[in-house]
Amino acid sequence: MTALSAPAASRGCACCCEPSEAELYVRLDEVIGEYRDKPGGLIPALQTAQSVFGYLPEPVIRKIADGFGKTVSEVTGVVTFYSFFTLHPRGKYLVRVCLGTACYVRGGKEVLDAFKKRLKIDVGETTPDRQFSLEVGRCFGACGMAPVVMVNDTVHQRVKPARVGELVNRILAGGAVAVEKEQA
Amino acid sequence: MLNVTINSQKLQVPEGSTILQAARQAGIKIPTLCNVEKREAIGACRVCLVEVEGARTLQASCSTPVSENMVVHTNSAPARAARRQVVELLLSEHDGDCPTCSRSLDCELRALADEMGVANVPFEGVRAKPHIDGSTPALVRDNAKCIKCRRCVSVCGEVQGVGALFPQGRGFQTVIGPAFTRDLDSVACVQCGQCAAICPVGAITEKTAIPQVWKAIENPKLHVVVQTAPAIRAALGECFGYEPGTRVTGKMAAALRRLGFDGVFDTNFTADLTILEEGTELLTRLKKALVDKLPVALPMFTSCSPGWINFAEFYFPQFLPNISTCKSPQQMFGAVAKSYYAQKIGRKPEEIVVVSVMPCTAKKFEAQRPEMSTNGVPDVDYVLTTRELAKMIKEAGIDFKSLPDEPMDAPLGLSSGAADIFANTGGVMEAALRTAYEIVTGRELPVDNLHVKAIAGLGGVKEAALTIEGAKKEWSFLEGVELKVAVSHGLGNTRRLLEHIKANGSPYHFIEVMTCPGGCIGGGGQPRFTDDSVRLKRISAIYSEDESKKMRKSHENPDIQTLYKEFLGRPLGEKSHHLLHTHYAHREK
Ligand code: SF4
Ligand code: SF4
Ligand code: SF4
Ligand code: FES
Repeated sequence: MTALSAPAASRGCACCCEPSEAELYVRLDEVIGEYRDKPGGLIPALQTAQSVFGYLPEPVIRKIADGFGKTVSEVTGVVTFYSFFTLHPRGKYLVRVCLGTACYVRGGKEVLDAFKKRLKIDVGETTPDRQFSLEVGRCFGACGMAPVVMVNDTVHQRVKPARVGELVNRILAGGAVAVEKEQA
Repeated sequence: MLNVTINSQKLQVPEGSTILQAARQAGIKIPTLCNVEKREAIGACRVCLVEVEGARTLQASCSTPVSENMVVHTNSAPARAARRQVVELLLSEHDGDCPTCSRSLDCELRALADEMGVANVPFEGVRAKPHIDGSTPALVRDNAKCIKCRRCVSVCGEVQGVGALFPQGRGFQTVIGPAFTRDLDSVACVQCGQCAAICPVGAITEKTAIPQVWKAIENPKLHVVVQTAPAIRAALGECFGYEPGTRVTGKMAAALRRLGFDGVFDTNFTADLTILEEGTELLTRLKKALVDKLPVALPMFTSCSPGWINFAEFYFPQFLPNISTCKSPQQMFGAVAKSYYAQKIGRKPEEIVVVSVMPCTAKKFEAQRPEMSTNGVPDVDYVLTTRELAKMIKEAGIDFKSLPDEPMDAPLGLSSGAADIFANTGGVMEAALRTAYEIVTGRELPVDNLHVKAIAGLGGVKEAALTIEGAKKEWSFLEGVELKVAVSHGLGNTRRLLEHIKANGSPYHFIEVMTCPGGCIGGGGQPRFTDDSVRLKRISAIYSEDESKKMRKSHENPDIQTLYKEFLGRPLGEKSHHLLHTHYAHREK
């Protein structure tokens, strides 16, 4: 089986262009300072923090909660309400398996299980090498081609569980999907 | 005023009333689940749907304001059908087995299903993944039974100002609970149990100690004694069909005896003891501040309410030096039972088991604190809530209503009226004033019937001032001093009071804090359902218990005097210090 090695390191390189974690936290303090006293400032603060960190790690949430005088439970309540926010680092490739009615009856569930097995992660998780995240979708409007899987913006139709491994390999080889631009 | 017709009954209601309020005014019942008294309606559960003439859809009565000449039908066929369907949908997602559920007798969902004539559940819903959270000593959460009404969210966040519980996630996936859908011990929950008291179903309950208590009672080698908190006697009756506010002190003692306890004692006894220790501590602090000009922490706060202690340790560590070092009456009782009483009956401390009956879930937490033990033996072994005691009485087949009134046992059963009022917000303060004023002046507290009216009742933060006149010689430094006191109940009110003091300083000398709205009578372990009308009835029952006694001041209790003479020496003495006092520490949130 092909190892899930990164084709090109996009994160975590040691060169000078990546800000250090300490620098990110300085930026976070600025974000909190900027939004703390604005009505409805929590959501834009979370959005900005997520674009700084790529996701919302627990220490970031705790700092934001403290800064806004809210409890951690309330802030995670907001974070988990909007699908835009993520508590886990997202992989380079976001795999969304449709479990809408048409896809479900035509084997979407089995396709999902095949992805779970191949990537060794559950729904909502990311592979340790941050290549893949796995999520479930609710109809991408392509029911005629069920079961459907979306990888970033590319639609894969009539996916068969047995071919999932091969699809993953093709993605890793760079041939099967457009890589999303990094969020600003 | 607005004119409205409900079920062809015409009435006038104040502007801004909701349909639900109007219906209640007319004596018409509309079922509710998510609605919480005095909190803004969130309109989440839809179980209160009614028909409004002219409206396209059925309206949630809890969140729909009355408009002029509105015509409402609460009982039309479409309204009934819609409400039934809401309950059917809730049941279709509900993972619970009523006969084995701790709520089977007082579950609101079960009652609604019955009232609405739900005969079967026509939907096949996806049930939540069951997860039992028993991470804390006080509470058990069962997500599969949660109907997501969010009452607990409102109580924990708005009434208690803690905010440990929030909806996490969205849609069907929503789980009501702590951050990151972790267990309760991962957040700064103070264990007050107000969430458990208001939950309509079996999704949050106390962690039961009933099996351990039965086992101890059945063990012939152990000497098992029980203490009952002041608030139990004004509420336990509700579990047996009595009206709220019925005093059942005598029947309670009789029931405890029939359950097999070897000594039926009273937390009231150590409430009197608390007054002597805490009153002396206050006067000592005042002397240090006014005479010796030492930097001592004032105002002093009461320490009886363990949820408040947790709250201060998490959120207001700067006030920890201000909290009285007195253990709570529950813990003082345990310490006295396993020392003084053990000696009297010739038993070793480890052979004595102390069971408490408390209106409170935080008392379960308090009892297992490592500081709350003497030479490695815990002061209190097991804590039952009022509700758990009622269950044991039922399990034992005792017909509560036909029991005779019996007294508590000596030597830890006698108490003054001042001890009774520990159950009410303002009561500890009033009890302390009754004794402190008399110690200082030699005269009785100069207020009507010994009640300090300004600090009684359900106002959020209350205050009173009392000028000391005619102080005895040894207390002459207090002559003319205006003693200022404040009382808060409910941690949301307490948070406001503390923030105010933080910003503006404190004019007060002494502050009573009780965790639960109304005081212990409204505790998280009391019979369900508790609202303000029930709180007021329990409060007045407690005041009549006090007034029914000849002895209404703690220092007059002859058995307390004997305890000092034979064993403790004097208040704040060395023995007291060792057995009856404690310390607090900041805890990370
Ligand atoms: S919560 Fe209510 S409906 Fe659910 S199992 Fe318990 S008693 Fe039954
Ligand atoms: S016990 Fe009190 S603090 Fe803890 S979750 Fe319940 S209401 Fe909130
Ligand atoms: S735990 Fe109880 S009070 Fe809280 S949302 Fe669930 S059912 Fe409602
Ligand atoms: S009580 Fe009205 S919507 Fe819940």
